[in-house]
Amino acid sequence: MRKSADVVIIGGGSLGCSVAYNLAKKGYKNIVLLERKYLSSGSTGRCGAGIRQMWGTEMNCLISRGSAEMFKTLGEETGFGDIEFRQSGYLLTTYDPKQTERLKKNLLIQHKLGIPSHMITPQEAKEIVPFVNTDGMDAAFFCQEDGHINPFKTTFAFAKGAQDLGVEIIRYNPVTDIKYNGRKITSVVTEQGEILTDTVVNAAGAWCKNVGKMVGLSHPVEPERHQILITEPLESSMGPMVMSFAHDSYIQQVPHGGFLMGYGNPNEPKRINFNHGWEFLEQMAQKAVFQLPILKDVRFVRQWAGHYEISPDGQPILGPVPELDNYIMALGCGKGFMLSPMIGKLIAEKMAGEETSLPIDILSIERFAKGELIVETGVV
Amino acid sequence: MDEKNIYLCRCENFTLKELHDLLDSGITSMEEIKRLSRGTMGPCQGKTCRDLIAKEIAIYLNKSMSEIDMPTYRAPVKPIKLGEIAGGDKNA
Ligand SMILES: Cc1cc2nc3c(=O)[nH]c(=O)nc-3n(C[C@H](O)[C@H](O)[C@H](O)COP(=O)(O)OP(=O)(O)OC[C@H]3O[C@@H](n4cnc5c(N)ncnc54)[C@H](O)[C@@H]3O)c2cc1C
Repeated sequence: MRKSADVVIIGGGSLGCSVAYNLAKKGYKNIVLLERKYLSSGSTGRCGAGIRQMWGTEMNCLISRGSAEMFKTLGEETGFGDIEFRQSGYLLTTYDPKQTERLKKNLLIQHKLGIPSHMITPQEAKEIVPFVNTDGMDAAFFCQEDGHINPFKTTFAFAKGAQDLGVEIIRYNPVTDIKYNGRKITSVVTEQGEILTDTVVNAAGAWCKNVGKMVGLSHPVEPERHQILITEPLESSMGPMVMSFAHDSYIQQVPHGGFLMGYGNPNEPKRINFNHGWEFLEQMAQKAVFQLPILKDVRFVRQWAGHYEISPDGQPILGPVPELDNYIMALGCGKGFMLSPMIGKLIAEKMAGEETSLPIDILSIERFAKGELIVETGVV
Repeated sequence: MDEKNIYLCRCENFTLKELHDLLDSGITSMEEIKRLSRGTMGPCQGKTCRDLIAKEIAIYLNKSMSEIDMPTYRAPVKPIKLGEIAGGDKNA
Protein backbone atom coordinates (compact mmCIF):
# COMPACT_ATOMS: atom_id res chain seq x y z
CA MET A 1 0.00 0.00 0.00
CA ARG A 2 1.26 3.49 -0.87
CA LYS A 3 2.39 5.66 2.05
CA SER A 4 0.94 8.83 0.57
CA ALA A 5 -1.60 9.76 -2.08
CA ASP A 6 -2.90 12.85 -3.84
CA VAL A 7 -6.45 11.56 -3.46
CA VAL A 8 -7.93 8.80 -1.29
CA ILE A 9 -11.34 7.48 -2.33
CA ILE A 10 -13.34 5.62 0.31
CA GLY A 11 -15.71 3.01 -1.13
CA GLY A 12 -15.41 0.45 -3.93
CA GLY A 13 -18.95 0.64 -5.29
CA SER A 14 -20.04 2.12 -8.58
CA LEU A 15 -19.56 5.70 -7.40
CA GLY A 16 -16.11 5.27 -5.87
CA CYS A 17 -14.83 3.32 -8.87
CA SER A 18 -16.32 5.84 -11.30
CA VAL A 19 -14.74 8.77 -9.45
CA ALA A 20 -11.39 6.92 -9.46
CA TYR A 21 -11.60 6.26 -13.20
CA ASN A 22 -12.67 9.79 -14.08
CA LEU A 23 -9.98 11.40 -11.91
CA ALA A 24 -7.34 9.14 -13.47
CA LYS A 25 -8.58 10.13 -16.92
CA LYS A 26 -8.07 13.76 -15.93
CA GLY A 27 -4.43 12.98 -15.28
CA TYR A 28 -4.43 12.53 -11.51
CA LYS A 29 -1.50 10.20 -10.87
CA ASN A 30 -1.48 9.12 -7.27
CA ILE A 31 -4.93 7.86 -6.33
CA VAL A 32 -5.74 5.15 -3.80
CA LEU A 33 -9.21 3.59 -3.52
CA LEU A 34 -10.01 1.76 -0.29
CA GLU A 35 -12.75 -0.82 0.02
CA ARG A 36 -13.85 -2.39 3.30
CA LYS A 37 -14.72 -5.73 1.66
CA TYR A 38 -14.67 -6.64 -2.05
CA LEU A 39 -15.61 -4.41 -4.99
CA SER A 40 -19.39 -4.13 -5.42
CA SER A 41 -20.01 -5.62 -1.94
CA GLY A 42 -22.14 -2.65 -0.88
CA SER A 43 -25.35 -1.57 -2.54
CA THR A 44 -23.97 -1.69 -6.07
CA GLY A 45 -23.69 -5.48 -6.24
CA ARG A 46 -27.12 -5.92 -4.68
CA CYS A 47 -29.08 -3.53 -6.82
CA GLY A 48 -31.71 -3.98 -9.50
CA ALA A 49 -29.39 -2.21 -11.94
CA GLY A 50 -32.23 -0.54 -13.78
CA ILE A 51 -31.21 2.46 -15.86
CA ARG A 52 -34.01 5.00 -15.90
CA GLN A 53 -34.22 8.46 -17.40
CA MET A 54 -37.91 9.00 -16.62
CA TRP A 55 -37.28 11.08 -13.50
CA GLY A 56 -39.13 13.99 -11.96
CA THR A 57 -36.35 16.52 -11.35
CA GLU A 58 -34.12 18.16 -13.94
CA MET A 59 -30.92 17.11 -12.25
CA ASN A 60 -31.89 13.44 -11.96
CA CYS A 61 -33.00 13.48 -15.61
CA LEU A 62 -29.80 15.15 -16.78
CA ILE A 63 -27.44 13.00 -14.73
CA SER A 64 -29.18 9.77 -15.74
CA ARG A 65 -29.35 10.77 -19.40
CA GLY A 66 -25.65 11.67 -19.44
CA SER A 67 -24.88 8.41 -17.67
CA ALA A 68 -26.86 6.31 -20.16
CA GLU A 69 -24.73 7.85 -22.91
CA MET A 70 -21.54 6.96 -21.05
CA PHE A 71 -22.64 3.38 -20.26
CA LYS A 72 -22.78 2.76 -24.01
CA THR A 73 -19.04 3.13 -24.40
CA LEU A 74 -17.67 2.28 -20.94
CA GLY A 75 -16.96 -1.41 -21.61
CA GLU A 76 -15.02 -0.74 -24.76
CA GLU A 77 -13.29 2.41 -23.54
CA THR A 78 -11.84 0.63 -20.50
CA GLY A 79 -10.97 -2.54 -22.39
CA PHE A 80 -13.19 -4.54 -20.03
CA GLY A 81 -15.56 -5.78 -22.72
CA ASP A 82 -19.33 -6.17 -22.68
CA ILE A 83 -21.02 -4.74 -19.59
CA GLU A 84 -24.43 -5.95 -20.81
CA PHE A 85 -26.09 -2.57 -21.23
CA ARG A 86 -29.48 -3.22 -22.82
CA GLN A 87 -31.71 -0.28 -23.71
CA SER A 88 -34.81 -2.41 -23.63
CA GLY A 89 -36.94 0.24 -21.98
CA TYR A 90 -38.83 0.96 -18.79
CA LEU A 91 -42.56 0.44 -18.63
CA LEU A 92 -44.01 2.44 -15.73
CA THR A 93 -47.57 1.44 -14.99
CA THR A 94 -50.12 3.38 -12.96
CA TYR A 95 -53.38 2.22 -11.44
CA ASP A 96 -54.52 5.61 -10.18
CA PRO A 97 -55.45 8.69 -12.25
CA LYS A 98 -53.74 11.02 -9.75
CA GLN A 99 -50.51 9.13 -10.16
CA THR A 100 -50.94 9.33 -13.93
CA GLU A 101 -51.30 13.11 -13.71
CA ARG A 102 -48.15 13.39 -11.64
CA LEU A 103 -46.14 11.32 -14.10
CA LYS A 104 -47.58 13.32 -16.99
CA LYS A 105 -46.07 16.44 -15.44
CA ASN A 106 -42.71 14.68 -15.28
CA LEU A 107 -42.97 14.07 -19.03
CA LEU A 108 -42.78 17.82 -19.58
CA ILE A 109 -39.43 18.01 -17.79
CA GLN A 110 -38.19 14.88 -19.58
CA HIS A 111 -39.15 16.15 -23.03
CA LYS A 112 -37.51 19.52 -22.41
CA LEU A 113 -34.28 17.60 -21.77
CA GLY A 114 -34.60 15.37 -24.82
CA ILE A 115 -35.68 12.17 -23.08
CA PRO A 116 -37.85 10.16 -25.51
CA SER A 117 -40.51 9.03 -23.00
CA HIS A 118 -44.23 8.92 -23.70
CA MET A 119 -47.58 8.06 -22.18
CA ILE A 120 -49.36 5.00 -23.58
CA THR A 121 -52.64 3.17 -23.01
CA PRO A 122 -52.88 -0.17 -21.20
CA GLN A 123 -53.52 -1.79 -24.61
CA GLU A 124 -50.30 -0.34 -25.95
CA ALA A 125 -48.53 -1.56 -22.83
CA LYS A 126 -49.73 -5.06 -23.75
CA GLU A 127 -48.15 -4.70 -27.17
CA ILE A 128 -44.81 -4.05 -25.49
CA VAL A 129 -45.16 -6.75 -22.80
CA PRO A 130 -47.83 -9.17 -24.09
CA PHE A 131 -48.34 -10.98 -20.77
CA VAL A 132 -48.71 -7.87 -18.57
CA ASN A 133 -52.00 -7.81 -16.65
CA THR A 134 -53.91 -4.63 -17.51
CA ASP A 135 -56.73 -5.15 -14.95
CA GLY A 136 -57.26 -1.81 -13.25
CA MET A 137 -54.35 -0.21 -15.08
CA ASP A 138 -54.97 3.46 -15.76
CA ALA A 139 -52.05 4.25 -18.06
CA ALA A 140 -48.42 3.49 -18.66
CA PHE A 141 -45.27 5.40 -19.51
CA PHE A 142 -42.55 4.05 -21.72
CA CYS A 143 -39.01 5.10 -22.56
CA GLN A 144 -37.12 2.83 -24.94
CA GLU A 145 -33.74 4.31 -24.02
CA ASP A 146 -34.06 3.22 -20.41
CA GLY A 147 -32.85 -0.25 -19.61
CA HIS A 148 -30.65 -2.50 -17.58
CA ILE A 149 -26.97 -3.28 -17.13
CA ASN A 150 -24.77 -5.74 -15.27
CA PRO A 151 -23.75 -3.93 -12.05
CA PHE A 152 -20.76 -6.17 -11.31
CA LYS A 153 -19.28 -5.83 -14.77
CA THR A 154 -19.89 -2.08 -14.74
CA THR A 155 -18.06 -1.65 -11.43
CA PHE A 156 -15.18 -3.82 -12.62
CA ALA A 157 -14.99 -1.88 -15.88
CA PHE A 158 -14.56 1.37 -13.91
CA ALA A 159 -12.03 -0.38 -11.67
CA LYS A 160 -10.06 -1.79 -14.60
CA GLY A 161 -10.04 1.60 -16.34
CA ALA A 162 -8.80 3.20 -13.13
CA GLN A 163 -6.14 0.58 -12.42
CA ASP A 164 -4.79 0.68 -15.97
CA LEU A 165 -4.27 4.42 -15.43
CA GLY A 166 -2.34 3.84 -12.21
CA VAL A 167 -4.98 3.89 -9.46
CA GLU A 168 -4.20 1.56 -6.56
CA ILE A 169 -7.29 -0.35 -5.38
CA ILE A 170 -7.09 -2.03 -2.00
CA ARG A 171 -9.75 -4.53 -0.97
CA TYR A 172 -10.61 -5.79 2.51
CA ASN A 173 -9.16 -2.67 4.06
CA PRO A 174 -11.66 -0.54 6.01
CA VAL A 175 -10.92 3.09 6.72
CA THR A 176 -11.08 3.52 10.48
CA ASP A 177 -10.25 7.21 10.88
CA ILE A 178 -9.40 10.41 9.07
CA LYS A 179 -6.91 12.79 10.69
CA TYR A 180 -7.32 16.50 10.18
CA ASN A 181 -6.06 19.74 11.56
CA GLY A 182 -8.36 22.73 11.35
CA ARG A 183 -9.61 22.79 7.77
CA LYS A 184 -6.86 20.48 6.46
CA ILE A 185 -7.03 16.73 6.12
CA THR A 186 -3.65 15.15 6.91
CA SER A 187 -4.12 11.39 6.59
CA VAL A 188 -6.46 8.43 6.27
CA VAL A 189 -6.08 5.61 8.77
CA THR A 190 -6.90 2.08 7.62
CA GLU A 191 -6.66 -1.38 9.13
CA GLN A 192 -3.54 -1.92 7.03
CA GLY A 193 -1.86 1.37 7.95
CA GLU A 194 -1.93 5.08 7.38
CA ILE A 195 -1.87 7.02 4.09
CA LEU A 196 -0.81 10.65 4.08
CA THR A 197 -3.16 12.74 1.98
CA ASP A 198 -4.96 16.06 2.02
CA THR A 199 -7.86 15.01 -0.22
CA VAL A 200 -10.61 12.49 0.52
CA VAL A 201 -13.65 11.44 -1.51
CA ASN A 202 -16.44 9.94 0.56
CA ALA A 203 -18.13 7.36 -1.67
CA ALA A 204 -19.04 5.02 1.16
CA GLY A 205 -22.69 4.70 0.13
CA ALA A 206 -24.98 3.60 2.95
CA TRP A 207 -22.02 3.87 5.34
CA CYS A 208 -21.12 7.45 4.38
CA LYS A 209 -22.29 8.80 7.74
CA ASN A 210 -19.64 6.79 9.57
CA VAL A 211 -16.96 8.30 7.34
CA GLY A 212 -18.44 11.77 7.87
CA LYS A 213 -18.14 11.32 11.64
CA MET A 214 -14.40 10.74 11.22
CA VAL A 215 -14.09 14.41 10.23
CA GLY A 216 -16.66 15.61 12.73
CA LEU A 217 -19.49 16.02 10.20
CA SER A 218 -23.02 14.70 10.27
CA HIS A 219 -24.24 13.70 6.81
CA PRO A 220 -28.03 13.59 6.41
CA VAL A 221 -28.09 10.22 4.64
CA GLU A 222 -29.89 7.19 6.03
CA PRO A 223 -29.57 3.57 4.94
CA GLU A 224 -32.92 2.07 3.93
CA ARG A 225 -33.08 -1.68 3.45
CA HIS A 226 -34.46 -2.98 0.17
CA GLN A 227 -34.97 -6.66 -0.57
CA ILE A 228 -34.81 -8.34 -3.93
CA LEU A 229 -35.04 -11.80 -5.47
CA ILE A 230 -34.21 -13.56 -8.70
CA THR A 231 -35.89 -16.50 -10.40
CA GLU A 232 -34.52 -19.37 -12.43
CA PRO A 233 -33.67 -18.40 -16.02
CA LEU A 234 -36.39 -18.53 -18.65
CA GLU A 235 -36.10 -17.99 -22.34
CA SER A 236 -35.89 -14.30 -23.10
CA SER A 237 -39.45 -13.01 -23.28
CA MET A 238 -39.64 -9.62 -21.58
CA GLY A 239 -37.74 -6.58 -22.81
CA PRO A 240 -38.44 -3.68 -20.49
CA MET A 241 -38.31 -3.21 -16.75
CA VAL A 242 -41.92 -3.26 -15.53
CA MET A 243 -42.29 -0.82 -12.69
CA SER A 244 -45.49 -0.10 -10.82
CA PHE A 245 -45.94 2.81 -8.47
CA ALA A 246 -49.09 1.19 -7.10
CA HIS A 247 -47.10 -1.90 -6.07
CA ASP A 248 -43.89 0.02 -5.33
CA SER A 249 -42.18 -2.68 -7.33
CA TYR A 250 -39.95 -3.35 -10.31
CA ILE A 251 -39.53 -6.54 -12.34
CA GLN A 252 -36.87 -7.07 -14.99
CA GLN A 253 -35.76 -10.08 -16.99
CA VAL A 254 -31.96 -9.92 -17.05
CA PRO A 255 -29.87 -11.17 -20.01
CA HIS A 256 -29.08 -14.38 -18.15
CA GLY A 257 -32.84 -15.13 -18.25
CA GLY A 258 -33.82 -14.77 -14.59
CA PHE A 259 -36.51 -12.35 -13.47
CA LEU A 260 -35.13 -9.88 -10.95
CA MET A 261 -37.70 -8.17 -8.73
CA GLY A 262 -37.99 -6.05 -5.65
CA TYR A 263 -40.19 -3.57 -3.88
CA GLY A 264 -39.72 -0.83 -1.32
CA ASN A 265 -41.35 -0.98 2.08
CA PRO A 266 -42.02 2.60 3.20
CA ASN A 267 -42.07 1.60 6.88
CA GLU A 268 -38.59 0.17 6.80
CA PRO A 269 -36.52 1.42 9.78
CA LYS A 270 -33.47 3.44 8.74
CA ARG A 271 -30.48 1.31 9.58
CA ILE A 272 -28.07 -1.18 8.07
CA ASN A 273 -29.78 -4.56 7.97
CA PHE A 274 -28.88 -7.34 5.56
CA ASN A 275 -31.51 -9.79 6.75
CA HIS A 276 -34.04 -10.95 4.21
CA GLY A 277 -37.18 -12.80 4.93
CA TRP A 278 -40.31 -14.67 4.12
CA GLU A 279 -42.60 -11.66 4.45
CA PHE A 280 -40.88 -9.88 1.58
CA LEU A 281 -41.02 -13.04 -0.48
CA GLU A 282 -44.72 -13.50 -0.02
CA GLN A 283 -45.54 -9.86 -0.78
CA MET A 284 -43.23 -9.77 -3.76
CA ALA A 285 -44.59 -13.01 -5.17
CA GLN A 286 -48.13 -11.61 -4.92
CA LYS A 287 -47.20 -8.38 -6.63
CA ALA A 288 -45.33 -10.21 -9.37
CA VAL A 289 -48.00 -12.81 -10.06
CA PHE A 290 -50.63 -10.06 -10.21
CA GLN A 291 -48.70 -7.93 -12.70
CA LEU A 292 -47.22 -10.74 -14.76
CA PRO A 293 -49.40 -13.84 -14.19
CA ILE A 294 -47.08 -16.13 -16.18
CA LEU A 295 -44.56 -15.82 -13.37
CA LYS A 296 -46.66 -18.05 -11.12
CA ASP A 297 -44.94 -21.20 -12.36
CA VAL A 298 -41.46 -19.73 -12.23
CA ARG A 299 -39.22 -20.71 -9.34
CA PHE A 300 -37.28 -18.17 -7.36
CA VAL A 301 -33.68 -19.17 -6.70
CA ARG A 302 -32.11 -16.46 -4.55
CA GLN A 303 -33.02 -13.50 -2.38
CA TRP A 304 -30.90 -10.90 -0.65
CA ALA A 305 -31.02 -7.39 0.78
CA GLY A 306 -29.14 -4.13 0.34
CA HIS A 307 -29.62 -0.44 1.03
CA TYR A 308 -30.67 2.75 -0.64
CA GLU A 309 -28.70 5.65 0.78
CA ILE A 310 -31.44 8.21 1.19
CA SER A 311 -30.87 11.97 1.38
CA PRO A 312 -33.64 14.30 2.60
CA ASP A 313 -34.75 15.17 -0.95
CA GLY A 314 -33.89 11.90 -2.68
CA GLN A 315 -31.14 13.48 -4.77
CA PRO A 316 -27.37 13.03 -4.66
CA ILE A 317 -25.15 15.14 -2.44
CA LEU A 318 -22.09 16.09 -4.46
CA GLY A 319 -18.92 18.13 -4.06
CA PRO A 320 -17.04 19.90 -1.28
CA VAL A 321 -18.24 20.85 2.21
CA PRO A 322 -18.03 24.29 3.84
CA GLU A 323 -16.26 23.09 7.02
CA LEU A 324 -13.17 21.40 5.56
CA ASP A 325 -10.88 21.70 2.53
CA ASN A 326 -10.69 18.92 -0.05
CA TYR A 327 -13.32 16.67 1.51
CA ILE A 328 -15.56 15.66 -1.37
CA MET A 329 -18.96 14.00 -1.11
CA ALA A 330 -20.22 11.57 -3.76
CA LEU A 331 -23.19 10.01 -2.02
CA GLY A 332 -26.83 10.08 -1.00
CA CYS A 333 -28.33 9.20 -4.38
CA GLY A 334 -30.83 6.53 -3.38
CA LYS A 335 -30.81 5.16 -6.90
CA GLY A 336 -27.22 5.96 -7.57
CA PHE A 337 -25.93 3.11 -9.65
CA MET A 338 -27.54 4.43 -12.82
CA LEU A 339 -26.07 7.88 -12.09
CA SER A 340 -22.52 6.67 -11.46
CA PRO A 341 -20.79 7.48 -14.79
CA MET A 342 -21.92 11.08 -14.83
CA ILE A 343 -21.35 11.63 -11.10
CA GLY A 344 -17.77 10.39 -11.49
CA LYS A 345 -17.24 12.80 -14.35
CA LEU A 346 -18.80 15.77 -12.53
CA ILE A 347 -16.81 15.14 -9.35
CA ALA A 348 -13.57 14.89 -11.33
CA GLU A 349 -14.34 18.14 -13.15
CA LYS A 350 -15.15 19.88 -9.87
CA MET A 351 -11.98 18.61 -8.18
CA ALA A 352 -9.85 19.69 -11.13
CA GLY A 353 -11.28 23.20 -10.81
CA GLU A 354 -12.92 23.03 -14.23
CA GLU A 355 -16.34 24.20 -15.22
CA THR A 356 -18.66 21.23 -14.60
CA SER A 357 -20.73 19.76 -17.46
CA LEU A 358 -23.84 20.17 -15.28
CA PRO A 359 -24.43 22.74 -12.51
CA ILE A 360 -23.61 20.39 -9.62
CA ASP A 361 -23.32 23.17 -7.08
CA ILE A 362 -27.09 22.98 -6.63
CA LEU A 363 -26.51 19.43 -5.32
CA SER A 364 -24.03 20.58 -2.69
CA ILE A 365 -24.65 19.72 0.98
CA GLU A 366 -25.25 23.42 1.54
CA ARG A 367 -28.71 23.18 -0.02
CA PHE A 368 -30.09 21.70 3.19
CA ALA A 369 -28.93 24.60 5.38
CA LYS A 370 -30.35 27.04 2.85
CA GLY A 371 -33.60 25.09 2.59
CA GLU A 372 -33.18 24.67 -1.17
CA LEU A 373 -34.35 21.09 -1.41
CA ILE A 374 -35.35 19.75 -4.80
CA VAL A 375 -37.56 16.83 -3.99
CA GLU A 376 -37.60 13.73 -6.18
CA THR A 377 -40.81 11.79 -5.71
CA GLY A 378 -40.36 9.07 -8.32
CA VAL A 379 -38.38 6.61 -6.20
CA VAL A 380 -39.64 3.03 -5.93
CA MET B 1 -7.30 -32.74 -19.57
CA ASP B 2 -7.73 -29.34 -21.19
CA GLU B 3 -8.72 -26.68 -18.62
CA LYS B 4 -11.35 -25.47 -21.07
CA ASN B 5 -13.18 -28.75 -20.60
CA ILE B 6 -13.02 -28.87 -16.83
CA TYR B 7 -16.27 -27.51 -15.47
CA LEU B 8 -16.13 -26.15 -11.93
CA CYS B 9 -19.73 -24.95 -11.89
CA ARG B 10 -22.01 -27.02 -14.09
CA CYS B 11 -25.11 -24.87 -13.61
CA GLU B 12 -23.38 -21.81 -15.01
CA ASN B 13 -20.76 -23.48 -17.27
CA PHE B 14 -17.81 -21.99 -15.44
CA THR B 15 -14.56 -23.69 -16.38
CA LEU B 16 -11.13 -23.96 -14.78
CA LYS B 17 -9.73 -22.04 -17.75
CA GLU B 18 -12.11 -19.13 -17.07
CA LEU B 19 -11.17 -19.19 -13.39
CA HIS B 20 -7.46 -19.07 -14.24
CA ASP B 21 -8.06 -16.20 -16.68
CA LEU B 22 -9.74 -14.16 -13.93
CA LEU B 23 -7.00 -14.98 -11.43
CA ASP B 24 -4.32 -14.08 -14.00
CA SER B 25 -6.04 -10.71 -14.53
CA GLY B 26 -5.55 -9.94 -10.83
CA ILE B 27 -9.04 -10.72 -9.58
CA THR B 28 -8.38 -13.06 -6.68
CA SER B 29 -11.34 -12.45 -4.36
CA MET B 30 -13.77 -15.37 -4.55
CA GLU B 31 -16.67 -13.01 -3.86
CA GLU B 32 -15.66 -11.03 -6.95
CA ILE B 33 -15.02 -14.14 -9.03
CA LYS B 34 -18.53 -15.39 -8.19
CA ARG B 35 -20.09 -12.15 -9.42
CA LEU B 36 -18.07 -11.90 -12.59
CA SER B 37 -18.35 -15.55 -13.61
CA ARG B 38 -21.77 -16.44 -12.11
CA GLY B 39 -20.02 -19.52 -10.66
CA THR B 40 -22.05 -20.78 -7.64
CA MET B 41 -25.05 -18.64 -8.68
CA GLY B 42 -27.06 -21.36 -10.44
CA PRO B 43 -30.06 -23.36 -9.28
CA CYS B 44 -27.95 -25.72 -7.14
CA GLN B 45 -26.97 -22.68 -5.04
CA GLY B 46 -23.30 -23.54 -5.22
CA LYS B 47 -23.73 -26.71 -3.22
CA THR B 48 -21.44 -28.72 -5.45
CA CYS B 49 -19.11 -26.11 -6.85
CA ARG B 50 -18.42 -23.65 -4.07
CA ASP B 51 -15.74 -25.72 -2.37
CA LEU B 52 -14.32 -26.82 -5.70
CA ILE B 53 -13.82 -23.24 -6.84
CA ALA B 54 -12.43 -22.19 -3.46
CA LYS B 55 -9.95 -25.06 -3.60
CA GLU B 56 -8.69 -24.03 -7.04
CA ILE B 57 -8.29 -20.41 -5.89
CA ALA B 58 -6.39 -21.58 -2.80
CA ILE B 59 -4.06 -23.70 -4.96
CA TYR B 60 -3.44 -20.80 -7.34
CA LEU B 61 -2.71 -18.33 -4.52
CA ASN B 62 -0.79 -20.90 -2.52
CA LYS B 63 -3.08 -20.26 0.45
CA SER B 64 -5.21 -22.45 2.66
CA MET B 65 -8.95 -22.82 2.02
CA SER B 66 -9.74 -20.92 5.23
CA GLU B 67 -8.01 -17.83 3.85
CA ILE B 68 -10.34 -17.66 0.83
CA ASP B 69 -13.30 -15.23 1.04
CA MET B 70 -16.02 -17.78 0.37
CA PRO B 71 -19.49 -16.42 -0.39
CA THR B 72 -22.37 -17.33 1.90
CA TYR B 73 -25.22 -19.55 0.74
CA ARG B 74 -28.31 -17.53 -0.13
CA ALA B 75 -31.87 -18.65 0.61
CA PRO B 76 -33.81 -20.67 -0.46
CA VAL B 77 -32.33 -24.15 -0.10
CA LYS B 78 -34.59 -25.37 -2.92
CA PRO B 79 -36.17 -23.27 -5.67
CA ILE B 80 -39.91 -22.57 -5.05
CA LYS B 81 -42.59 -21.43 -7.50
CA LEU B 82 -43.72 -17.83 -7.07
CA GLY B 83 -47.34 -18.94 -7.40
CA GLU B 84 -46.92 -21.26 -4.42
CA ILE B 85 -45.44 -18.48 -2.33
CA ALA B 86 -48.08 -15.97 -3.39
CA GLY B 87 -50.71 -18.41 -2.17
CA GLY B 88 -53.47 -19.78 -4.39
CA ASP B 89 -56.26 -17.40 -5.25
CA LYS B 90 -55.39 -14.41 -3.15
CA ASN B 91 -52.97 -13.18 -5.77
CA ALA B 92 -54.47 -9.75 -6.21
C1 LIG C 1 -32.44 -3.94 -3.76
C2 LIG C 1 -31.87 -2.70 -4.39
C3 LIG C 1 -32.25 -2.34 -5.68
C4 LIG C 1 -31.72 -1.21 -6.29
N1 LIG C 1 -32.06 -0.92 -7.57
C5 LIG C 1 -31.44 0.08 -8.23
C6 LIG C 1 -31.66 0.29 -9.62
O1 LIG C 1 -32.46 -0.40 -10.25
N2 LIG C 1 -30.98 1.30 -10.23
C7 LIG C 1 -30.09 2.09 -9.54
O2 LIG C 1 -29.49 2.97 -10.16
N3 LIG C 1 -29.87 1.93 -8.23
C8 LIG C 1 -30.51 0.93 -7.56
N4 LIG C 1 -30.27 0.74 -6.21
C9 LIG C 1 -29.43 1.71 -5.48
C10 LIG C 1 -27.95 1.51 -5.78
O3 LIG C 1 -27.58 0.20 -5.48
C11 LIG C 1 -27.10 2.48 -4.98
O4 LIG C 1 -27.61 3.78 -5.00
C12 LIG C 1 -25.68 2.53 -5.54
O5 LIG C 1 -25.18 1.23 -5.74
C13 LIG C 1 -24.78 3.33 -4.65
O6 LIG C 1 -23.45 3.16 -5.08
P1 LIG C 1 -22.27 3.59 -4.15
O7 LIG C 1 -21.02 3.31 -4.89
O8 LIG C 1 -22.50 4.96 -3.66
O9 LIG C 1 -22.45 2.68 -2.85
P2 LIG C 1 -21.98 1.19 -2.54
O10 LIG C 1 -22.08 0.31 -3.71
O11 LIG C 1 -22.68 0.77 -1.30
O12 LIG C 1 -20.44 1.38 -2.25
C14 LIG C 1 -19.96 1.91 -1.05
C15 LIG C 1 -18.80 1.05 -0.62
O13 LIG C 1 -18.12 1.66 0.46
C16 LIG C 1 -17.58 0.65 1.25
N5 LIG C 1 -17.28 1.21 2.55
C17 LIG C 1 -18.15 1.65 3.49
N6 LIG C 1 -17.50 2.10 4.57
C18 LIG C 1 -16.18 1.95 4.31
C19 LIG C 1 -15.00 2.22 5.06
N7 LIG C 1 -15.04 2.73 6.29
N8 LIG C 1 -13.80 1.93 4.50
C20 LIG C 1 -13.74 1.40 3.24
N9 LIG C 1 -14.84 1.12 2.50
C21 LIG C 1 -16.03 1.39 3.04
C22 LIG C 1 -18.68 -0.40 1.28
O14 LIG C 1 -18.18 -1.67 1.62
C23 LIG C 1 -19.22 -0.33 -0.15
O15 LIG C 1 -18.65 -1.30 -0.99
C24 LIG C 1 -30.79 -0.39 -5.58
C25 LIG C 1 -30.39 -0.75 -4.28
C26 LIG C 1 -30.92 -1.90 -3.69
C27 LIG C 1 -30.45 -2.28 -2.32
